[in-house]
Amino acid sequence: MVSILPLSLNDVTVERDGKRLLGPVSLDIRADALTIVLGPNGAGKSTLLRLMHGLVKPTSGRVRFAAPRGEAYAHQAFVFQTPIMLRRTVLGNLCYPLTAHGISHAEAEKKALTWLKTLGLDGHETQRASQLSGGERQKLALARALIRKPELLFLDEPCANLDGAATQDIERLIGEARAGGTRILMATHDLGQARRLADDVLFLHHGEVLEHAPAKAFFEAPQTDEVKAFLNGDLVI
Amino acid sequence: MLEIWLGIKSAFWLIVTLDADLIEIACRSLVVTLSAVAIAAAIALPLGAWLAIGRYRFRRLVIAVLNALMGLPPVVVGLVVYLMLSRSGPFGVMGLLFTPWAMIIAQVIILTPLIASIAHQSIRDLWAEYHDLLISLNTSRSQRIKTLLWDSRRALLTAALAGFGRGIGEVGAIMIVGGNIDHATRVMTTAIALETSKGDFALAIGLGFVLIAMAFAVNITIHMLSGTEVRDRW
Ligand SMILES: Nc1ncnc2c1ncn2[C@@H]1O[C@H](COP(=O)(O)OP(=O)(O)O)[C@@H](O)[C@H]1O
Ligand SMILES: [Mg+2]
Repeated sequence: MVSILPLSLNDVTVERDGKRLLGPVSLDIRADALTIVLGPNGAGKSTLLRLMHGLVKPTSGRVRFAAPRGEAYAHQAFVFQTPIMLRRTVLGNLCYPLTAHGISHAEAEKKALTWLKTLGLDGHETQRASQLSGGERQKLALARALIRKPELLFLDEPCANLDGAATQDIERLIGEARAGGTRILMATHDLGQARRLADDVLFLHHGEVLEHAPAKAFFEAPQTDEVKAFLNGDLVI
Repeated sequence: MLEIWLGIKSAFWLIVTLDADLIEIACRSLVVTLSAVAIAAAIALPLGAWLAIGRYRFRRLVIAVLNALMGLPPVVVGLVVYLMLSRSGPFGVMGLLFTPWAMIIAQVIILTPLIASIAHQSIRDLWAEYHDLLISLNTSRSQRIKTLLWDSRRALLTAALAGFGRGIGEVGAIMIVGGNIDHATRVMTTAIALETSKGDFALAIGLGFVLIAMAFAVNITIHMLSGTEVRDRW
């Protein structure tokens, strides 16, 4: 399989109603790492991820994958901060990405059932997805994103509304995906989570990339006052 | 007073003995309206979905036309269909006027905007909910439409039932294009109108009972459907 990476952003900006939400940003996302997109609320993390995933159109500049558009979108997935559940059963939600792309119901169910075991959600297959707890829903959303083995996975604050145990579950699944070779870009404003997971860190502030560095360098030798303050636990506004 | 009482009594008798005329007329009503609902739904549901998810140049225009059609008095629809199907009209050669087909055509025109409009609203709400996910999952347009139709199927069934309720009780249009011909195009509503004007209340009241029962059944089903929708809160 040809890789869809690197993904390159070239002087990209996003504006809404004349207000600049993001950019100008230029960066390359290369294979095999977990990048944490870090920054306070409203910094533009979601906008950046949605831009890369094609849910937001750039006002100027270019977003480009190494593969043609159609192929690039077929090999990436997105987990939203508030999971979007189809009005179907747990199993139905998990099968959907497979059956929507021409895989038979029987085969999709087989695969989905294995995933449910991994999630610890076996026994819930005929339950409505909307009746799951917040943590279970987010796990299901993550598995639904992973079930087609995407090369690139976007996670938008997947643990923002979860308690410790659920966060641990999600982080375990993320770690397994990462070990399986999935390239991950994950937004968070949780410093501890960034320290636990990051290979490299991209720090956003007011829509601009202030730093992009390997995790070790980022945490041990921050370059800007804003990052120093953020790492200190001070309020960065 | 006595006349009404006698009418009710013989109407009751007509129903319990399954009077041939009454059954024939009620069945024709059902066949005409169910056919019309099926055809209208086949047009209206994809149209509703198309209107809900698309950003087309003519979308607003189509919605405006639908709303205008919904407000159209059925007799006017009947008149237009009559003119189209009459001997000198553009479709005159097909010889459909005064047949059940003409009645079905008129009802399809009346019901399609109604069903499409209800379907459009519920699919639009679901699309707002699903939008990011379905885009993210790289689904095709037809896949999205299929998913939205399937996942809002209860609301769509409600729309179809509303169409049935409207169609089964409609009298103006089908009277004009069907002609209320005995054993050919006579249905419950037109039969009631005729029998009442003749002062022959037994059949009119009997058919009235059947009509009310059907309308009740439809409304109760709609109520239950939307009730479970709310309670289950998918
Ligand atoms: N569709 C939109 N229209 C206008 N402003 C928006 C829109 N989406 C986001 N914003 C604004 O863009 C900024 C960045 O938002 P976001 O990317 O969601 O930040 P983060 O995810 O880092 O919290 C915020 O100030 C937000 O209010
Ligand atoms: Mg966000």
